[in-house]
Amino acid sequence: MGQLHHGAIGFPLRRTRLAPGSLAIIRLRFDVPDRPVRWGQFTQFREGTPGVKVAVFVKQIPDPTGVGRLDPVTHLLVRDGSELVLDPGDANGVEAALRVVEANGGEVVAITMGAERAAEVLRKAMAMGAGSAIHVADDRLRGSDALATARVLAAAVARSGCELVVAGTESTDGYTGTVPAAVAELLGWPALTFAKALELDSGTVRIHRQTPAGHDVVEAPLPAVVTVTGAINEPRYPSLRGIMAAKSKPLEQLSLDDLGVSPDEVGLAAAGQEVISAAPAPERAAGELIEDDGSAARRIADYLAELKVI
Amino acid sequence: MGLILVAAEVAGGSPSPLTLELVSHARTLGDEVAVVVLDPEADAVLPALGAHGASQAYVGRETAYREHLGQPAAQVVSALVDRLHPDLVLFPGTQEGRDLAARVSARLRLPVLANAIDVTKDGDAFLVRTAIFGATVDVITRTRSRSPLVLVRPKSFTATASGGPQPATEVLPLPAEAPLGARRLESVVAPSAGPGLEEAKVVVSGGRGMQEAANFEVLEHLARQLGGAVGASRAVVDAGWVPYALQVGQTGKTVKPDVYIACGISGAMQHLVGMKGSSHIVAINKDPDAPIFKLSDLGVVGDALKVVPALIEELRARGLS
Repeated sequence: MGQLHHGAIGFPLRRTRLAPGSLAIIRLRFDVPDRPVRWGQFTQFREGTPGVKVAVFVKQIPDPTGVGRLDPVTHLLVRDGSELVLDPGDANGVEAALRVVEANGGEVVAITMGAERAAEVLRKAMAMGAGSAIHVADDRLRGSDALATARVLAAAVARSGCELVVAGTESTDGYTGTVPAAVAELLGWPALTFAKALELDSGTVRIHRQTPAGHDVVEAPLPAVVTVTGAINEPRYPSLRGIMAAKSKPLEQLSLDDLGVSPDEVGLAAAGQEVISAAPAPERAAGELIEDDGSAARRIADYLAELKVI
Repeated sequence: MGLILVAAEVAGGSPSPLTLELVSHARTLGDEVAVVVLDPEADAVLPALGAHGASQAYVGRETAYREHLGQPAAQVVSALVDRLHPDLVLFPGTQEGRDLAARVSARLRLPVLANAIDVTKDGDAFLVRTAIFGATVDVITRTRSRSPLVLVRPKSFTATASGGPQPATEVLPLPAEAPLGARRLESVVAPSAGPGLEEAKVVVSGGRGMQEAANFEVLEHLARQLGGAVGASRAVVDAGWVPYALQVGQTGKTVKPDVYIACGISGAMQHLVGMKGSSHIVAINKDPDAPIFKLSDLGVVGDALKVVPALIEELRARGLS
């Protein structure tokens, strides 16, 4: 942590909490009777970027406004032919991570696990302001379940040196919603979930956690995982300058071997369950559809009367 | 047939309705149902859990379970699952249930399945049904590991009493060295939290098509006339128009009223899963292609801001103020 440079003197110093990247000049006065006052001076410097290193999880998903499709044989989500976008819930995560860094100093690292094309969402996160990105891409990951995904992402976070992870509450396509808390458990970190407000102060994370009745105030010291809801912010649009800058920001591609995760623990074969069927849900009886020509209110009232609601 | 373990939730000194649904359904999946109840008021809920079919209860009474999120409970539940090797573990599909199941999954390397709307026995395994793509596709997943962890959505099952006695009880201590993690400092109750949304016979819900927060007043008026409650889509909750307590959908409430009136709601996937079980659905939306019309019994292509005030007048003319 702290490093003593020139002028160090020979007694132990109390441990100081110096922010990374900052420099302290400490002067000491020695008063000895009948001798001129003498001064000692030393500087203390902590290396590294000032502030906090924040990881944000992002996922590439088929455009949620389109119609989702499953492969009839593998039952995996069909990504070909759909427009692929940054999960809208993850855009809130990127925005929340950027605001933490804007308030505290530091850097945002965008992390994804996915196919080759998933790098697009990392570029988007960097266009919004993330400083670098990690892409875990490995054919052996195909078909990984929530637990395998959490193991890979936890390994990527550990390697990145980040001390705060921000993620969306759930993905918009799969909406399992268990990956961030599982990552927290694998890292041995607290998880502060369902945040609609987030602040970091002196190494303590504090959130407003949405509850059915209102909100809870929840806090934990770093390192920690935070999941955010769509209510937390309005994600910024990448500026043209941001988009240009993102092209030259560092994007590191990692394999399972780089992360030290065994291929036996991930992918379709390792999943603890298998999809055996995916079929159209039983349709509700075809309803009546009318155009409002001024009489719709009367029709609704008649319908409510038929149902004996009024 | 073997042991089914249910993670119970306590709300205001009673088991949550979802907990009783899970315990009731667990009777069809195994020949013994055990519950794990980690809450200072755990003892108060044991008679009700027994009456719904739990024969064994594992209890922790530390206040840490209320003061801290997930971590203390995950350690105790993981140790219990590791000891009992139940055939299946059912968790309530709530915020707390999700955090807990995710952590147990990571600790024990067990798979977790979320958003179940049905669970049935299939030989040595279980079939778990989930609804995806706006509840238009039913997916059936077969478990293939010991002790799979399944998160179940509210109102997937019916709570039915079995008339069982108070369950046998074993107290599980929280290990002293257990890291407690994130701490809950205070709970703030929003004054406008709408009571009774989950119990209301009529729900009047609004979405982006209501244009602005102030226009929710007409929905409140209509709900009052019909003796119902007001709900909302996630989009308008995220926009801050109404509190989260009103949100219907995946991360909000699941409602099954007699009549659901969707006003200016297009019908995003995460909304539909929360209201699809309504007995009758009326939808008002400008876009004739809105997904909500695929579910509605009566669909009106029109502006909710015109149709709803006209409906209020019509009901007034029929004697409802």
